[in-house]
Amino acid sequence: MMISAIVRTAVASLRRDRAALALSFILPVVFFSIFAVIFGGRGGASPKVKLIVVDEDHSRASEQIVKGLQAETTLSIRTRPAAVKGVEQPEYTAASAEAAVKDGDVPLAVIVPKGFGENPISFGPRDPSRPSIQLLKDPSDMIASEMVTGLLQKVGMTSMPDVMAEQGTKNLERYAGALTKEQRERMDAGLKYLREHPDAGSTVMGGNGGQLIPVTARSVVGENHPDMISFYAAAIGVMFLLFTTSGAAGAMLDEAESGTLDRVLSSRVTMTSLMLGKMAFNSLLAFTQLVVMFLWGWAVFKLDFWAHIPGFIVMGVCTAVAVAAFGMLLASTCTTRAQLGALSTLIILVMSSIGGSMFPRFLMPEAMQKAGLLTINAWAIDGFTKIFWRDEPVSHLWPQVGVLLGIAVVLFAVARRLARRWEFA
Amino acid sequence: MPLRVASLVKRFGALTAVDGISLGLRSGECLGWLGPNGAGKSTLIRSIVGRVMPDSGSISVFGAPAGSTAARDVLGWIPQELALYARLTCSENLASFGRYHGLSGAALDQAVSRCLDWATLTDRAGELVKNLSGGMKRRLNMAAGMIHAPKLVLMDEPTVGVDPQSRNNIFEMIEKLRDEGMSIIYTTHYMEEAERLCDRIAIVDHGKVIALGTDAELVANAFGTRSQVIARFAAADDRVASWVAERGGRLVDGAAEFTVERPSEIAGLLDGASKAGFELIDVALHRPNLESVFLHLTGRALRE
Repeated sequence: MMISAIVRTAVASLRRDRAALALSFILPVVFFSIFAVIFGGRGGASPKVKLIVVDEDHSRASEQIVKGLQAETTLSIRTRPAAVKGVEQPEYTAASAEAAVKDGDVPLAVIVPKGFGENPISFGPRDPSRPSIQLLKDPSDMIASEMVTGLLQKVGMTSMPDVMAEQGTKNLERYAGALTKEQRERMDAGLKYLREHPDAGSTVMGGNGGQLIPVTARSVVGENHPDMISFYAAAIGVMFLLFTTSGAAGAMLDEAESGTLDRVLSSRVTMTSLMLGKMAFNSLLAFTQLVVMFLWGWAVFKLDFWAHIPGFIVMGVCTAVAVAAFGMLLASTCTTRAQLGALSTLIILVMSSIGGSMFPRFLMPEAMQKAGLLTINAWAIDGFTKIFWRDEPVSHLWPQVGVLLGIAVVLFAVARRLARRWEFA
Repeated sequence: MPLRVASLVKRFGALTAVDGISLGLRSGECLGWLGPNGAGKSTLIRSIVGRVMPDSGSISVFGAPAGSTAARDVLGWIPQELALYARLTCSENLASFGRYHGLSGAALDQAVSRCLDWATLTDRAGELVKNLSGGMKRRLNMAAGMIHAPKLVLMDEPTVGVDPQSRNNIFEMIEKLRDEGMSIIYTTHYMEEAERLCDRIAIVDHGKVIALGTDAELVANAFGTRSQVIARFAAADDRVASWVAERGGRLVDGAAEFTVERPSEIAGLLDGASKAGFELIDVALHRPNLESVFLHLTGRALRE
């Protein structure tokens, strides 16, 4: 009896608390859907690894490798940049492919060097003078390079049987034949190597992880950074900045409710100057939060903070201003603190999941990656990654700076328009 | 003239909160707006400070239109709500509102200490607002409205929810302002406050000024030289109502209200009631006051 009375009261209360209802039912469904799309590959939309392939060899073997890679459904191969104004661009070179990886256009580039076709298969000990396939990688995508290395071996086994046979014959002539004195010496040398390097079975096979196709992988960005601390500092930082500024902007709601806002607006302070003041404070708060976060990253996780101060300031200020404007918009949209709490939680968690604060965007399906561009998180994280991961100059930040400041201006303008309801009754 | 309101109308949907009010405030005068909750007093005040846009009519504050910077600079507003920053101290609150009015440096410091002194909060200057008693918060709320030394003060029920002791402190603060020649608008639904503090009183009901004058003028206009007799019956039924009406009285909230020129007329009323067979439980002779005037004009008690 008493239990049912308590349940009835709680149900009646919940029914009238729209904010709690939204958090209870809408947020989990939205969140579930987002992660289902990211991980579940809804409608066959699982992410393809973007890859640039440069064939400098133009041999039969290299063409077979390129064709084999192109046949892989998990790869999205590019051999030339996208056409500019309908004009087809020249094919990638090793240099332009490396630049593309550095810029973050693709996580990987495969360069088939000149002379590769003469000895495409590697059965014996590694011969440094033999050209091997170059795998230029952005190590922030840890999965892509391992996957492509494996696929190159698969392509070697399945797409080029004739080359395999030819190479096998070469190797037979090289290692077998009559066991002349010379052959004996070579065999002995091989055995001696194995004995001296008990863990070098793979090295003997290909010199590069037991690979038939010799592949040399090289990180072209982030080589000075032990791990991806900067990525996580930015990713997590932006999400919490959004929460902080939304909460701080909610002070407007408290002031409206207490009558303080009325009193302030009856002084010389106008609504625009009041909102600009709040926005300035919230931006400062957000920037300080970023500074604390990155300093902690430097002190505890060896984040290379001091070498990137100018870029950090530019990105920090733009991100802080954008999140502050976002907070102002949320506060002026809502009428109560409870509403603000629910709406901000809903929007910020959705933005953070799509925008890459919880899961790197490059691992998401293409459509999801594009959707991420609608979020502050994605632009902020991209900017910080450019500075701390790719060591790009500040001048390269113009797209992120432009978009974040644009977002700030638009959101603030809408917030100011909505705040007219507080101005006059 | 510090304040002139002409034909002011403000509607909120179907509700007409202010319905064609016109009045003026003389220099150095304390004008009371007396009326029940929902009479339109706060809407009128908020229109004067520029926080409500009237549908028609005009307001001028020392010749400047309401809401203009010139008007804001000379207006002090003490809202009904405790419009303070709870996490700031008393002096921080006053300094904040002072800055919003353009004060800075030594002028700001002087204004803060003047207001703390006026509100007798000097020894509490460093106390957080949230730790103050209800009466202290009220006094600080008043001080915040005076920080920029306005020439006209609008006080919107400044004693709401205050204990008698604190109310007395607030009265003393207002009387000090009056003595200094401040022009004041004072809204209240407490008759005693209006009687004690105000030079003239406007009785406001349903968005209209239904009477305006000094305390004595209002009583004289409503009752002349007559006194009020309030009689309560054991059963206030239709028979009683018609008997009361026959004798020029009326039944309000179960009590019969008559006016008499001389106290001796009470004997005739008592005799008549007895003959009609009505059981009287209480009879009182009143010198009419503002409450009586309000009841007389509206048929409702002031605090309904």
